[in-house]
Formats: sequence, C-alpha cells, structure tokens
Amino acid sequence: MKFLNIIYNGLVKENPVFVLLLGMCPTLGTTGSAMTGMSMGVATMCVLICSNMAVSGIKSVVPPSVRIPVYIVVIATFVSALQMLLAAYLPALNATLGIFIPLIVVNCILLGRAEAYASRHGVMESCCDGLGIGLGFTAGLTLLGAVRELLGTGRVFGAEVYPEEFGSLAFVLAPGAFIALGLLIGLFNAIKSR
Amino acid sequence: MGRFKESLWGMLLVMVAFCGLSGALLAWVHVLTTEPIGQAAVKQRIDAVADILPAFDNNPVDEGVSVDLDGEPRPLHVYPALRDGEFVGAAVESYSSEGFSGDIVVMYGFDVSGNITGYRVVSHAETPGLGAKMEQWFRMPEGRRSVIGRNPVADNLTVAKDGGDVDGITAATITSRAFLDALHRAHECFKAYCETYNNQGV
Amino acid sequence: MLAYISIIVTAIFVNNIVFAQFLGICPFMGVSKKLSSAVGMGAAVAFVMAFATCATWLLQRYLLDPFGLGYMQTILFILVIASLVQMLEMVLKKTLPSLYQALGVFLPLITTNCAVLGVAIMVVQKDFNLLMSLTYAVATAAGFALALVIFAGIREQLELSDVPRPMRGVAIALICAGILAMAFMGFSGIKIG
Repeated sequence: MKFLNIIYNGLVKENPVFVLLLGMCPTLGTTGSAMTGMSMGVATMCVLICSNMAVSGIKSVVPPSVRIPVYIVVIATFVSALQMLLAAYLPALNATLGIFIPLIVVNCILLGRAEAYASRHGVMESCCDGLGIGLGFTAGLTLLGAVRELLGTGRVFGAEVYPEEFGSLAFVLAPGAFIALGLLIGLFNAIKSR
Repeated sequence: MGRFKESLWGMLLVMVAFCGLSGALLAWVHVLTTEPIGQAAVKQRIDAVADILPAFDNNPVDEGVSVDLDGEPRPLHVYPALRDGEFVGAAVESYSSEGFSGDIVVMYGFDVSGNITGYRVVSHAETPGLGAKMEQWFRMPEGRRSVIGRNPVADNLTVAKDGGDVDGITAATITSRAFLDALHRAHECFKAYCETYNNQGV
Repeated sequence: MLAYISIIVTAIFVNNIVFAQFLGICPFMGVSKKLSSAVGMGAAVAFVMAFATCATWLLQRYLLDPFGLGYMQTILFILVIASLVQMLEMVLKKTLPSLYQALGVFLPLITTNCAVLGVAIMVVQKDFNLLMSLTYAVATAAGFALALVIFAGIREQLELSDVPRPMRGVAIALICAGILAMAFMGFSGIKIG
C-alpha cells in the first residue's frame, strides 16, 4: 500500500511535466508524435529507477560535500550504458531521439530525485519513487505527443482519427510544442482548482 | 571512520572510486555492445539495399565500392547486386546540399538499363509534414509523383515548376528539387560505375 | 570566411537553440521574468559555453578519439562542465569581483543547462574544427541570449495584462514562446554560401 502511494504521488500529485515543470527540454523536443514521446519517457524512467536505487544504496559511503558530483557520475554512467544499448538493439529509436538521450544527464528530474528523495530513503522506496515519477513523466510526454500528433496530422500512435488535410501542421513543428504544452498546463490548473 | 570520510583524502578516494567503478562498468557495456552496434549498421544498409533493388543473391554491402565523380567533393558509395553471378543493378547512396535545411542523403536503386527501381531516404533534416514527405511522395501513384520505373536519361526528371515531368511535393519545391538533384548525382555515379567496372549495365 | 558567417547566422536565427532545438528551456522559462536578469544569464551562458566547448573539443580530439574512449563522452563532458563552472566561479570572485557580482548568481544554474552539454556534443557530431566550434558556441549563446531578452521583455508586459486564472504564469508564457517560435520559423531555409 505504501509503495502504491509513492507511485501515485509521482504519477499525479507531483507529476514532473504538468505540476513540477521539470525536464522541459525533452518534453518539448521529443513529443512530435505519441510514440517518440513515450519512448523518451520510458528511456528516462529506466535511468531514473536505476540511478535512484544506486544513489540510495551508496548514500552511507558518500561524504555530503561531494555528493552532487558523485550523483552526476552515477547518472551519467547509466545514461551512457543506455545510449550504447539503444544503439545496439534499437538503432532506429536511437536515431529518432538523437541528442536527447545523452542529455538525460542534465534532466533536472534525475538529480532532483536523487537529492530530494533517494538520498534519504531506502532502496525499495527509491525504486518505487523512480517508477512513479518515471511513469508520470512518461504519461505527460505521451499525452503531449498524442495531442500534438492528433492536432497536427489527425493521427494518434499512427492510427488515423480524421483526415490529415484538416490537421494544423504547426502543432508538429516547433511552435506547436510550446503552445500545446501551455494549453495542457492551463487545463491541468483549471481541473485542479475545481 | 566518520572523520576520515569528511577529510580531503576521504572525498578524493570516494570520487576516484566511483569514477573508476563507472569507467569499468561502461567499458564492460562497451565491449558487450560493440559487435551488435556494428551489425545493426550493416543490417540497416542491407535492408535498404534489399528494399530498393531487384532480387539478388550476393552481399552488396560487402562488395560495395566508392566512386569518385569529376567535380564532386566526396565519393559516393555503390552497392552492386548480382544474381547467379550476373549483374542485375546497383544501389547508390547519394546526397544533395540543395535541401531546405542541411544535406539530404538518399539511396537510389537502378536496374541494368538505368531505370529507377526504388529509393530510401537515409537521413534528412527537412520540415516534418512538408519536405519530410519525400519519404513516400516519390513512390505515390497519383499524377506524376512517382519516379519508380522511370529513367533519368529518357525522362525529363525535374520538377514540373521547372518544366520537368515530376510533380513536386506540395509546398516543398526546394526539397523536391534537392531530391531530384541527388537522384541525378546517383545516376551519374551509376553510369561511371558501370563504365569503370566493366559491367553489362548502361 | 563564408563558412563562419554561415555558422553564426544559422546558430542565432535559423536553428535557434531555444526555439528550434528545444535546448536550455529550463533557464529560458526560469530566468526570463526580468529583463536585467535575462541579460546577466545570457552573458554567463556565453562565457561558460565558449570555455566548455573548447575544453571538451580538445579532450575529444586528444584523449577520447586516440584511445577509442568515445563511450566515456557523456560522463567526461558533464564532469568537465561542472568543474569548469566551479572554477570559473572561484576565479571570477578573486580577479573580477564586479563581473562576479553581475554573473555570480547565475553560474551554479548553468551546470544543468542542457544547452551547454548539447553544444559540446553537437560540435563533435558536426565534426567542426576548434575555431568553428568556438564560433558555433559563441553564436549559439548569442542566440540563447537573444531569445531570453526578447522573451523577458514580453513577460514584463505580460505581468500587467489580465490573463484567465488557470492560464496565469507558465501556461501563458509557453504560448507566447510558441508565437515567438513561429516568428523564428520565418528564418528557416535561409542559406549562406
């Protein structure tokens, strides 16, 4: 029950995309379609779970004054490993996400969770926190990707909802990323204040 | 212990230990993935060649050669396809710098007489939804969009706007011109390859 | 010469780091509420980006490439950037206190600015030489500063307007950024040389 609560917290109450507003670069840069958004979310979630568990596991041996550099090394290690595994087994996905894969290192969510949560909690709890926040991030990216894909091309996950001619191309291009995210955050605020 | 952990040497030790650990881990993953990464690149090439050429039974990627063209800054790669030892066509990886943003790289397939058998866009940075449509556009049956089965010598393969016989992508004429520019470069290269390597083609 | 002009124009306008490449969004949203801090942040980023790109380029060329250590790129670059920011902070404090006063508060924020790491990785991918890399880094930072300053000007005006309650703050700011991105799309396709 406790673990479910931690996951729920990350997914809804502290949703990194719509509530905490963290990790905006991949949020805007990789949500041209629902599929790429979801892939980026899952990739980030994998690194987040691993780094959360590792940070929690080593917290007793790391002196507080060098903890930030150590966390960065831990995160960067997992990111580099993920980068190589993607290049080997999912080359097409690696090409789509491009530079946003190595840039997971500077995603504020990872360092933020390591510092604020994993360095103070046990390994299992940190794992759940990583899962929850990661799922929240994935859900946010998938939703934004789906909205942009729908408004831009009339499709969701590649399945046609209405003919492409009625779509507004702007939502697939750069401006649409900002506008769609702005509207979704506004929507979240409106629902929350009810 | 607590005292030592906070001392300069303690901190240094921790940092060095973690860097070493992460280096070792990454080296291990690197060794593990080097081969699959190489294979993935080769497989991508073979898939592309198989997709755009008539059936063949050799390994075009292994038998590929670089061909230098006059006045070209870099050589193009040609992948010949053979069936029962007979030359049936070749795929040429060509490029154009005339695109809307950055170079486009496209692989074209030609049969023995120089007719286009297919193409595959390898990389590009054209606008999504506009220029990026070239991935499908030039094989669509509508109007005069498709270039498949046509011949760069016999047919006037330029954009209709420039007086040619190909319908360019709507609202992306620059990309369409670049695509055809790369196509002609590929065909030049195919001809040069056939002459140099004394095959039965063109 | 033309190549360098092309790099500069492309980096500032055509492929603006914020509006076209979506890098450095966090400081872009966070430090753009006031015009004065936007200018300071822009200058600090330019400073760090120029240093960091030179350092990482040299490391890539003379350490990673010769020894086949390409897989250590991410980890090495981020450590270099983090320590460079630290060092810069200390040096500035000692030697140029006035500049430190102006930029100091922004420096720690720059480590997690993905634009810095992004540019360091991109110049390696683009296979630029050292001078081209430096030009690219400075021009990119100029593009970032331009975006930041324009946006800060808009947001100062936005403070005074009556926005529907749920859209206040980040939501309306993002929509303004979208419209700015549309304006920057007008530059796409421009080519020099």
